[in-house]
Amino acid sequence: MTGEKTMLVETENLTKRYGDLTAVDSLNLKVKEGAIFGLLGPNGAGKTTTILMLLGLTEPSSGRALVSGYDATRNPLQVKAITGYLPDNVGFYQDMTGRENLRYTASLNGFKGSLAEEKIEQALVKVGLREKADKKVGEYSRGMKQRLGIADVLVKEPQLIIMDEPTLAIDPKGVQEILGIIKDLAKKDGKTILISSHLLHQIQEVCDEVGIFVKGKLIAVGPIAALGEQLIKDKSLEIELSAYPNGEMLLNVIRKFDEISSVDHEGDMLILECREDIRDRLSKSLLENNFSIRHLSLRGISLDSIYRQYFQGEVQ
Amino acid sequence: MDDRSNTRGALQKITRSFETLQQANTGLSAVFRKELVDLLRGKRFLILAIIIAFTCLAALYTASATIRSTVGSEELDFVFLRLFTTSGASLPFSFISFIAFFGPLVGIILGFDAINGERDRGTLSRVLSQPIYRDALINGKFLAGVVVIALIIFSLGFLVGGLGLIVTGIPPTVEELMRLLAYLTLTVIYISFWLALSMLFSVAFRQTSTSALAGIAVWLFLAIFAALLASMAAEAIYPVTDNSDVESIIEQASLEQALSRFSPTTLYDEAVTTLLNPSVRTLGLVMVEQFIGAIKGSVSFGQSLLLIWPHVVGLIAVVLICFAIAYIIFMRQEIRA
Repeated sequence: MTGEKTMLVETENLTKRYGDLTAVDSLNLKVKEGAIFGLLGPNGAGKTTTILMLLGLTEPSSGRALVSGYDATRNPLQVKAITGYLPDNVGFYQDMTGRENLRYTASLNGFKGSLAEEKIEQALVKVGLREKADKKVGEYSRGMKQRLGIADVLVKEPQLIIMDEPTLAIDPKGVQEILGIIKDLAKKDGKTILISSHLLHQIQEVCDEVGIFVKGKLIAVGPIAALGEQLIKDKSLEIELSAYPNGEMLLNVIRKFDEISSVDHEGDMLILECREDIRDRLSKSLLENNFSIRHLSLRGISLDSIYRQYFQGEVQ
Repeated sequence: MDDRSNTRGALQKITRSFETLQQANTGLSAVFRKELVDLLRGKRFLILAIIIAFTCLAALYTASATIRSTVGSEELDFVFLRLFTTSGASLPFSFISFIAFFGPLVGIILGFDAINGERDRGTLSRVLSQPIYRDALINGKFLAGVVVIALIIFSLGFLVGGLGLIVTGIPPTVEELMRLLAYLTLTVIYISFWLALSMLFSVAFRQTSTSALAGIAVWLFLAIFAALLASMAAEAIYPVTDNSDVESIIEQASLEQALSRFSPTTLYDEAVTTLLNPSVRTLGLVMVEQFIGAIKGSVSFGQSLLLIWPHVVGLIAVVLICFAIAYIIFMRQEIRA
């Protein structure tokens, strides 16, 4: 334990197998207290399974999951008392009002009477549902339900909040509202939040730290910026080039560079795959040979493109 | 110093286990209260109560009409109990046959979507992520169901009894009241079996329609086909022809009875007959020789109870078995929306 923030969530070689399929493969995940951690990965990567193991709702095949020092399998009650879980496709009792639904949650947590009412009121205010709280949940929109889900999590005043795909199937305005609430929860209330999602941009917007999770394995962990570097390190760069006159002459110039490993045509643009950034030397050389350069740029290697590659399963 | 810290450690341990226990109770009572309110406020309770109340009142009406015409013409004892057992010419059902027929339906309707309904609505994972034990959910639901069943059955029984009292004007004896209470309690246990069974189906099947159909299928099977099947099996094992000896006839009859007693419906029917008909002395085979010289009369309540004790134990055991299986499956199940 350093003088800094402690780890609220820690897994040690957490593994879950379903028959031959390994859904989660020796996962070592660490989430700092007070951080927003994004678990990013395609559908079926094992995100939900990991979350269920963190909550003690599924037993791991091997390894263990610790939340605030409690083993989730052995002390599920202690873990669930300090952890709020917002499942994907969160559901409520349709013929009860939002407030009644929260009241049930409060009673399951052992809160009664005015204490419960107070907590419910606070949670409703935080998600901006106070006015609609006494309507039946059946009349709620998808976004409102999701916000009620967050209120439901807040009623027990958890240290850790786990959200499974919180922005799925919600319109852009609703997504912004929810992301705003999430940010507030971390910054103002100091909650630790673990978000699982397959939507990179939303994760990018709110998370301090991201783990990319593919096929049960955590491939890279770190702050978004560092993550890019981590993954880009061994990848070759792509340079877009358009010059006049194009054709065989141009290719001859290009072939002189050893760094370029391959050349692709994309419309009237050439895509040069190379080991390092050779734009300076390339432009000089082209000018010397009387080419006029129309376009020359380094193709941005964003997290986006890398993440997409993982999605398509191109990178093993 | 060491001693003191030891004591403190032990104290802490005790406090913690006490807190855990309290937490478990919190979950159970919260689920129980919510389910009870849900069941009582729900439309299905209203519909069930209305259907059953109407049919039972109809049964009471015919019974009292029949009794009025027969009282005096022949010697009648246990008139109060006859309110529940007598059927008339216009309506060939008595109160007890109505309850025996509709009771299972009540149990099935109250329990068929207990768990898979929660799963469908996406509330299961939300509820189970609260600090409660997983069994608190299933226990609370079962207990709430049993309370609702008891509420329906006892209020119906007393309603019919009270109205019968007004109609016939003959007050019940203490023994009759005890028999009635025993009958109502037995009915609650029997319907709880159907509740446990339908909850088992709701855990085992993902679709609420599948679990409802499975419950109804078992109900029809036990109500109609089980007895047929038992007699067919007995006949196949001990074929009886015109010139068979007494032994094989007895063997066949007792095998048939033994087989049919595997069905909770048979157990319940036999127990009800014994409880509400004090003249029933035995449920097994009786030879004519055994009857010779017997004095006509009724059996005391204690003796009737003794006669059906195995039935009661059997019914409770079946309830527990169903519930235990549901429990085991549920504890091992993956909780996913």
